[in-house]
Amino acid sequence: MVTVMKKGKLHVVNVTVNGREHAALVKANATLLDLLREELDYTGTKKGCELGDCGACTVLMDGKSVNSCLVLAVEADGRSITTIEGLEKDGKLDRLQEEFINHTAVQCGYCTPGMILSGKALLARNPHPTERDVREAIGGNICRCTGYVRIVKAILAAAEANG
Amino acid sequence: MSQAITKEFSVIGKSVPKIDAREKVTGRAKYTGDLKVPGMLIGKILRSPHAHARILNIDTSKAKQLQGVEAVITGKDVPSTFYGISPARYDETILAIEKVLQVGDKVAAVAAVDEETAVKALNLIEVEYEVLPAVLDPLRAMDEEQPQIHPQYERNISVEIHQNFGDVEKALRESHVVRTDYFHGNRATHVPMEPHAAISKWENGKLTIWSSTQSPHYFQYHIARVFGLKMGDVRVIKTFVGGGFGGKLEPSAAEYVGAALAMKTGRPVRIVFDRKEVFFHNRGRHAQHIELTTGVSKEGKILGVHGKYIIDGGSYTSLGIASAYYAGAMLPLIYEFDHFKFDCFRVHTNLPSCAAQRGHGVPQPRFAFESQLDMIAKDLGMDPIAIRKVNARRPNTTTLNDLKVNSCEFTACLDKAKEISGWATKKGKLPTGQGIGIGCGGFLTGAGYPIYRTRLPHASAVIKVSEQGDTVTLYIGAVDIGQGSDTILAQMAAEAIGINYEDVRIMSADTETTPHDFGAYASRQTLMSGHAVKEAGDEIRRQILELAAEMLEANVADIDIDRRVVFVKGSPDKMLAFENVANEFFIRKGPLVGKGSYTPPKLGGKFKGAAVGTSPAYSFAAQISQVEVDEETGQVMVTDVWDVHDCGTVINPSLLHAQVEGALFMGMGEAMYEQVVFDDKGKPLNANLAEYRVPTALDVPHVTSELVDSYEPAGPWGVKEVGEGATLPTMGCYANAIYDAIGVRMYDLPLTPEKVWKAIQGRKKATRG
Repeated sequence: MVTVMKKGKLHVVNVTVNGREHAALVKANATLLDLLREELDYTGTKKGCELGDCGACTVLMDGKSVNSCLVLAVEADGRSITTIEGLEKDGKLDRLQEEFINHTAVQCGYCTPGMILSGKALLARNPHPTERDVREAIGGNICRCTGYVRIVKAILAAAEANG
Repeated sequence: MSQAITKEFSVIGKSVPKIDAREKVTGRAKYTGDLKVPGMLIGKILRSPHAHARILNIDTSKAKQLQGVEAVITGKDVPSTFYGISPARYDETILAIEKVLQVGDKVAAVAAVDEETAVKALNLIEVEYEVLPAVLDPLRAMDEEQPQIHPQYERNISVEIHQNFGDVEKALRESHVVRTDYFHGNRATHVPMEPHAAISKWENGKLTIWSSTQSPHYFQYHIARVFGLKMGDVRVIKTFVGGGFGGKLEPSAAEYVGAALAMKTGRPVRIVFDRKEVFFHNRGRHAQHIELTTGVSKEGKILGVHGKYIIDGGSYTSLGIASAYYAGAMLPLIYEFDHFKFDCFRVHTNLPSCAAQRGHGVPQPRFAFESQLDMIAKDLGMDPIAIRKVNARRPNTTTLNDLKVNSCEFTACLDKAKEISGWATKKGKLPTGQGIGIGCGGFLTGAGYPIYRTRLPHASAVIKVSEQGDTVTLYIGAVDIGQGSDTILAQMAAEAIGINYEDVRIMSADTETTPHDFGAYASRQTLMSGHAVKEAGDEIRRQILELAAEMLEANVADIDIDRRVVFVKGSPDKMLAFENVANEFFIRKGPLVGKGSYTPPKLGGKFKGAAVGTSPAYSFAAQISQVEVDEETGQVMVTDVWDVHDCGTVINPSLLHAQVEGALFMGMGEAMYEQVVFDDKGKPLNANLAEYRVPTALDVPHVTSELVDSYEPAGPWGVKEVGEGATLPTMGCYANAIYDAIGVRMYDLPLTPEKVWKAIQGRKKATRG
């Protein structure tokens, strides 16, 4: 556990993002979303409302999905964050990413990173979800393009791969 | 009957993955707000807290002194040229000059080193206002005692339309049943997941703007005009766009104010709207108040229709002239009748501006018409589908307002929707609280005329084959905002040339590197941009065939190309790889390039407003939905929707059905939940995504999307519209299903539990009394 050190008005945050350790100086009111996007350049995490309503900024914090606009950067100190950029391993896509492509679950793509990460968190805690489970898991992620039809199918297809 | 079925295609008609899907699922796709340009500043806009006020004084001195602030501008520091997107009504300026006309109107702006400094600077700007009485009720906006919002629009009338076709009075006199009903629409808004965003750079007299845009061309045209620049000195580059739905068709303050700040500071400026600003900018659905009178014969044949509308335009005109005309122009499309009168007032209020949203002006009139048609059917004792079939448009007909319809499989849509929904066993036979209803729609495939007067073609394309012949790049101005135009246009290029989808690269929507196209609106790109791509691909193919004929010592007419193999028909041994021919072409003659363009034929009649609604082709759709209504709470649950679309030849089935699903879901949001509401001072009460309720994954019914065989002669390979048409039937469809479930007729959108509950109480009272 790393202690938060005060240095003037700035705080040191040691955070692991997609397996890589970062140290950053942030203001007390900086959000995890801003830290990721503006300081560390993980712009796959999207900003849609900054109020926790839309889910576009969803990331995994120690494996659980959170709205990064509602998490202060200092709260991420000592935590492990997974953003959408962290799912592809050695050029191989995560099964969820593949199924989103195969099922045409992507239109404008702005909700896609958050949607996939909500799906990822779901499959981690519940490898064999029902359709209802999937709909509940992405209930906080708004998509304005697809009507969710193909997103739900894609997540269920990825779950099937769990055997 | 249809060429689509008899001809075997190699690339089109297949559900290839989206060309940009991998970038999007990995987070590599860069949207405007993700970009950082060296030296970039952050721009922020000070917005009005008042719905209608005179600006007496603005003191920017404190803001200017704040460290990190590079510029503070007001209406005095920027061009005062009026702009808009309908040339007949330019009435908006970069920053307010004298008055603010809505809460959220643009008053001043700052550019600073970071967002926090910019926000602090906004708070240091002191504005003195004289608050004026505001016009908040569109139905009273024309009253004499109401304040006038714009000096040039008396009685706050933005647009006044009176169209008269045939003799409606006579038709109504001769009708067996005549009904007049009143319907009220809602102020819905697009809610693209990505807020509006732009980065403006001013360098050596040239303005470059990266933007979340549906039309780089219109942006370039209007920005050049407002800043007095040559169009060639304005470059607009579309980045990835996180949804548009009509809300990103004209430049917003993100571009205009950003460009002004970039010019002032000499540094790039990024402006990204926050969610509240998206609601302030709006340009969403007009709330339409419709008095609809329809007369029918004993057999249910529609004889005459009279629509009287008052529609709420909000503060500025934007694209509202077209919206107003569309509200009437599309009514005679899907049913055949000869007598029609359309009277419409678009009025200004001190509320956010309304303009084009998916289905542009048409969904609410369709709600009114589809609802009333069901009421008439009931009066006549007819089945709702039967009355629609009596009146359904036929192919190769012309509407009373001179819209020429080629392909039309509307009757087939009705039959198929009836069959797949199990209508015959359900209509009037479901238990109380459950109901089934139908609604229909039809939409254009690209507007017949551009938004401003110009003789430019509507779409154009250039295809360049690489020197080695291994890849092909399509350069096109068409705009992919998520709907997948890059993908289907790449499929079309591959099909036309005779290569594989995977061989095609695409550069799109950059005014400098790609040829002209009007952009993503009016469901135009598959047909219009598709024509340009086909022509460009055909030219490549022709050049390859000619050289291959020489190389193979055969007649050009005997040579064909399929999936990269260039061969002599009937002589399988005489063949060449596409890349060898293309490479040889470059060696002998230089670049292998094909180009194409498309201009629609001259369309439409001669009356005022005749251009609106014209299109080379029209889609048709029938939708049936099943609902469950909780009579205790008024809660309506839509359990199933069946959509049958007549959309011509399909280029990519998965993308097509995804469009139907998305459009239908957007229609569902508008029908059931969505409405921007304001307090008595004109301040929006729900300018956020918690209280402006859009459907979530938990709300969506089971959707079945089906097609009917159809071939459109005006489209390349027979294509026509799909992206907007499926929003049109939904509202009426739900209202009719609710009636079937509980015998209560809903006239006001959205169909909220509160309204349904009140209507149920009204019915109970009526039956008791």
